[in-house]
Parts: sequence; C-alpha cells; structure tokens
Amino acid sequence: MSETTRDWDAFITKGDSQNLHMDLAVDGITCAACIYEIERDLEKVDGIERARLNYTSHRLGVEWKQNTTSPDHIVSRLERLGYKVYPFDPAQVKERGDKVGKDILRSLAVSGFASMNIMLLSISVWSGNHSDIDEATRSFFHWLSALIALPTVAYSGRIFFKSAYRAIRQRNLNMDVPISIGVLLATALSLVQTIFHAKHAYFDSAVMLLFFLLAGRYFDHMMRRKTRSFAENLAVLKAESATKIQPDGSLLDVPLSKLQEGDLVIVRPGERISVDGLIVEGVSSVDQSLVTGETKLHEVSVGSPVYAGTMNAQGQLTLEVIKAAQNTLLDQVNKLLETAMEARGKYVQIADKASQLYAPLVHTAALLTLIGWLIFGAGWQHAIIIAISVLIITCPCALGLAIPAVQVVASGLFFDRKILLNSGDAIERLAKVDTIVFDKTGTLTTPDPQLLQEHGLSQQQLIEAARLGLSSSHPLSKAIVRAAYKLNINNTELTPLKQASETAGQGVAANVGEGEIRLGSPKFCGVKSKDLAKIESKYPEASIIAYKQANGTIHLLPVAQSLRSDAQTQVSRLLKRGYDVQLLSGDRASAVEKAAKELAIESYYAQLQPQEKIAYIEKLRGKGKNVLMVGDGLNDAPALAAANVSISPVSAVHLSQAAADAIFLGEPIAPVFDALNISRRAHTIMQQNLWLSGVYNLLSVPVAVAGYVTPLLAALAMSGSSVVVTLNALRLRLSFLSASEPDTTYKLGK
Amino acid sequence: MEILVYLIPTALVLGGAGLAAFLWSLKSGQYDDIEGAKWRILDDGDLQDENTNNNNS
Repeated sequence: MSETTRDWDAFITKGDSQNLHMDLAVDGITCAACIYEIERDLEKVDGIERARLNYTSHRLGVEWKQNTTSPDHIVSRLERLGYKVYPFDPAQVKERGDKVGKDILRSLAVSGFASMNIMLLSISVWSGNHSDIDEATRSFFHWLSALIALPTVAYSGRIFFKSAYRAIRQRNLNMDVPISIGVLLATALSLVQTIFHAKHAYFDSAVMLLFFLLAGRYFDHMMRRKTRSFAENLAVLKAESATKIQPDGSLLDVPLSKLQEGDLVIVRPGERISVDGLIVEGVSSVDQSLVTGETKLHEVSVGSPVYAGTMNAQGQLTLEVIKAAQNTLLDQVNKLLETAMEARGKYVQIADKASQLYAPLVHTAALLTLIGWLIFGAGWQHAIIIAISVLIITCPCALGLAIPAVQVVASGLFFDRKILLNSGDAIERLAKVDTIVFDKTGTLTTPDPQLLQEHGLSQQQLIEAARLGLSSSHPLSKAIVRAAYKLNINNTELTPLKQASETAGQGVAANVGEGEIRLGSPKFCGVKSKDLAKIESKYPEASIIAYKQANGTIHLLPVAQSLRSDAQTQVSRLLKRGYDVQLLSGDRASAVEKAAKELAIESYYAQLQPQEKIAYIEKLRGKGKNVLMVGDGLNDAPALAAANVSISPVSAVHLSQAAADAIFLGEPIAPVFDALNISRRAHTIMQQNLWLSGVYNLLSVPVAVAGYVTPLLAALAMSGSSVVVTLNALRLRLSFLSASEPDTTYKLGK
Repeated sequence: MEILVYLIPTALVLGGAGLAAFLWSLKSGQYDDIEGAKWRILDDGDLQDENTNNNNS
C-alpha cells in the first residue's frame, strides 16, 4: 500500500504577493523559549518568509514563497524539534484577525479620545460657570464639544444602536435599548442647548457612557474569544481528518469538510474513526465507549455501521462514508438533539431580565416627571429638559458593566481551573443547579481503559509486557503500557523490543534469549477456555488481554475503565453540599451498579437509550429541578442539551462538546465542583452589582426629577457607579486567591 | 483669551496623534499576541556572538 500524503492544498491559503500561508496548531509548547526555537529554526529554511508563533493561542502562521519548500518539510522539521503540529482547515478558522474585537477596540479608543478632550472643555465650562466665563466662550466650548461628540457618538455608538434596533424589531427589550435612548437623547438635548446658548450641555456624559459600556463589551468579547480559540485548537489537535482512497488507489489525508458521501476511507488499527460509515472491507473490533457508553469491544465486519468517535482496535478497515442514514444511532441522536436545542435557549439572562424590568420603570418615571413639571406650571422646554435629564442619569452604565465584569473575572477563574465556558450565561445557570446527573463511561471513569490493580504481575514482568506492548496499537496493549509508565517511578523511557512483530488482530510476539514472549488475545497466547471463563466471570465488565512469559507461564490481565482518580472524593463533596447526584449510563447494569456503589450514588440507571436519558432529565426538570448534566458520549449529546446546564470532558465526541455549556480539561473531575462553586459566588456578586446600580438609580432619580441634575453631577455619578461595580466584581477573584477553599461553604436549602 | 486659539488645537492635535498611534498599532497586529511579546524582549538570538565577531548566522 502506498504512503499516505496529506492534501495540503486544502490547508494552504494564498497570501498577498504570491506567498503561501498556512496556520498550524502547535502541541507541546511549554515555555517561552519554544517561540525562539520554532521561529529561528523555520527561518533558516530557504523560501520561508515569515514564521510567527502566537504564544497566547499556540498557533503558528507560516508564509513561504511558492515552489521553494513544501508543507511536509515544515511539519517534519517541527516534529524533529519535538512539537506536534496540525494544520488548520481555513474553512474552520472563522476569523483569523479577530475582526469583531478590533472593531470594539477601535470604537473604544475613539470614545476614549473624545471623552478626554470633551472633559477638558467641560471642566473649563463648569469652573467658569462658578466664576467669570462669558457666554461667547461657553458657547464656543460647547460647539467644540459638539464637533467632537457628534462623530464619536455616531461611530462608537453604532454597536449599541444596531443591537437595539434588532431587539426592537423583534419586539424585545435588551439592555441596549435604554442605552441607545439615553445616549441619543443626551446628545440631542446637548445639541439643542448649544444652539440656544444654554448653560448646560451633556456631551461629556454621552461620550463617557459609551466609553464605559464599550469597555464592558470588550471584556465580554475577550472572554468568549479566549475560550473559542482554545476550543478551536482542541478541535484541530484532535486531527479532524481522514485518510481517503483516491480513485487511482493512492491515499490522501483530507480534512473532514472535504469528504463526501460515498468516499472510501481507510482506518488503521489504533486510530479513532472520524466519520460515520459502513464497513466495505476488513474485520475488527471497535471501542464504542464514546458513543454508546458501553465499555466492551464490539466485533464489526463488512456491512456493519461504525460511528465517528469510536476507536478501531484491531484490523485495518475500509469504510464508505455515509450521511446520518435513517434509523442509525447517529440519526436518532441528531433528531433528539435538534428538539432539545429548540426547547432550550429560552433562558433569559439576568441582565436582560433586569433591563426588562428597568426600561419601562425608568421611561415611566421620565414621562411622569414631564407631566408633573407641566402641571406645576413649568414651560414645555424646561419640562422636557428635566425629563431627559432623568433618562440621562438613569442610563444603565453600571448595569452594562455589572454583569460582564463579573463574567470576565469568573471566566478567568474557570480558565485557571481548566474549565472552558461555551456560553457566558452558563455561570448563572450553574449557580442554580440542585441536581447533578453524571454519565458513567468516560465521565466518571477515565476515557481510556486501565489495567486493573489486581493484575498479579511483578514490576519487572509488567515492564517487560509493556515494552512488548509498545509495538502494538491495540487499546488493551496501550493500557498495559500506561500502567507501566505509572509505576515507573524513575521516569525512564520504555524502549520497544527490537524483535517484536505484530500479528494484526491478535497480538505481538518477540524472541528474547530464553524463549518467546507474547502479548495479545487469550487465544493468541494459548489460554485454555476454562481459565478464560473463570477470569471473565470474576471481572464481568473487563476485557482480558493475555501475557505469556518466556518460560510458558501465562498471565491473564483484566483491563477495564476505572474511575477517575478523584471521582470518589469529588462525588462525596458534591453530596455533602446537598446536591442530588444521579448516574445515568448506557452501559450494562453490573458495571453501572459497581461504579454507583463505589461512589455512594443512590440513584442510578443502566442501559439507557439516548431518548430515555432525555426523558429522565425532562422528568427531573418537570419537577422543578435545575439539572446539571455531565457527560461525554454521543448518546449523551441530547441529554446535555436538554439539561439546564451541561459540562463535558475534553475527551468527549464533537457533538457532545458542541452541545455542552462548558468543557473541562485533564483527568481529574474536580473542575465540576469548582465550576459550581465559582458560579455560585459569581452569581451572588452579579446580584450585588445589580442592587448597587439599582441603589445608585434610587438615589439619583429624585435629584433628577427635582431638576437639580447638572452635567457635573451626571458625570460624577456615572463614573462613580461604574467603578464601584467593577471593583465589586474584582472581589470575586480576591476571594478565590486567598484560600484554596473560599468562604463559600454554602449548603443547598431544604 | 486669544491663547485658546493655540491651546485648543494643540490639545486636539496631541490627543489625535495618540489616537492615531493606537489605531496604527492595532492595525499592525501588535495586540494579537499579548503573552508572547513580553518574552520576545528576552530573546537575544539576534545579537552577534560576543566571542566571534563574524557573521555566521
């Protein structure tokens, strides 16, 4: 069979001046010195014009002259340095330059410039009003302010105006509606005042308001972007590509987006299957734990369907790519997911809830002020000015910062604890959780199978078996290798045995001086069926691999998915907090029962279909519970979407990760507890912030209604309240910095 | 008060220069990698080797 070549054309984009450009995700960057090492090394290559590593996002952009070097050469150079690199599919890198972020930042800069200059003029006017400013000078200053403010409001305010317009057209009220009204009215009023040479103009308030709000918007954007770019890297590191058989028989590595129904794809033993397909050639067993939650290997042969996310354990397979055909598991999951997604998304964010309450209240207050002043005999013009000043001073500046500031701080804390948020409002929903539903396989257990403790090998024997196992790609052999690495305290490398030869689908054998040693299926090592039956009944949920020593002794090694190292402590912590912890699994009853007993989880259900998981979660929600679903498999994806909020481990299948609100990295399951803990605290602070801005309005509105608001007062109140809510948000970080276990030892009520 | 004729344009031009500088730095991608920049200043690989004074890079 010919060598695989990668279809580089799919990953390369043509830059300017005939240079070719490629983006790579780099795995293995541990310190800053890697920057120099990689860039220096690549720049030595002839033809490479530019190599720039982004240390923040771990991405490398390479640009080279056409026909001078090849991507293969670049990749192999980097691999020689010890970095694994994966090309980005340009179709997947949605915004290379972060257009949205730059747009906000530009608006922020313009409004910052404008507010500083206008404030310079305003302060002169304010102090002049108390001393000897003459009308001509004041008017000149106001006109100058108008000159700066009008283009600024038009440019920097456009983000808010657009969003407000969209909301109104959909007959909705979001925070941007009162913001836009406030800013526009303040500007318009000031312009009128300027034209009539009046004493007060509010240009400074209008522009400063934009500045603070844009700062809040930018925080919000940065938080999302950090998570998203990380998630994109993860997707690429998972090598979302497949080996396609070309019509002429050659093999080509292509990104998934280039595959079509009916294409033939080769999957080698030990590879994860990246497409859904029907087997057209080959026999193998497949690890479906990511898809169905079942831990035992499944035998597959010509005609069997296999799913993306499963692991090909033994033989080489040729697949025909299929779309989610009717009545396959994937099709079923997709349908369920769609319905679940529709039902969701109705959560109203705390900020929008506040603005729905807030906007009508404030607008009514302004209207009443207008009527009131008219009744008490003020002139039309005077009454309108006062009514507008009520709107200006209540413009939700602090409200606009209150929530994003907390979200930014919280997501920073999440990030430190290896949790990536998919959606900003997940924090609010996590805070309300009272019931936690875990999936078993891959979530409470480690995603890869582990050699069970009771294997009966000496340290020396295990290391020898592992050295043999290095020559095999079978997942069970890999489990032996991992076990040896764990026990190998000196951290020395295991070296593969030189004479090892693998018999596909059976095992590896090698000749070592005193005889032959073998690692593989029990049959391969000549195990009697009686012995095999005995050990299988002892470990019903385990797969058995055999190891035959040179002297003929045969060891039967049980390999099964074991609980994550901290599963027990974490679940008991959650139970202690008063959460209702439940276990829903697609695995067999015996395996589920064993795990539940070990974790002291009282309510558990086994052999559930995806629709049964959904039904169960909906039943819980129907009872008024707030459900957190933690799961990883394809069969969990609909349940993840159906729950109030959901978390997936990073090893989860693509579909589940997309359906989950947050993803956690690493082996320990502690992030689940941390996420709940931080969210609760963050939610408290969000509410505090809303109260703070509420109190501010409560204090300022009477002053405004009475007609005593001056531009100075408006400016002070606005910046004051913004600073207060931002500082309060920072408190969240402080409380988690000082102690490992902060003072949030809450307990769920009742 | 004639001094204002000079002062105000000066203030605006200075502020505007700052704004322009920022917009330029943003456009030229100086904020794309905030983490890496602080490490790059420590990179002395572009200096010539102190012992040998020839260009053999």
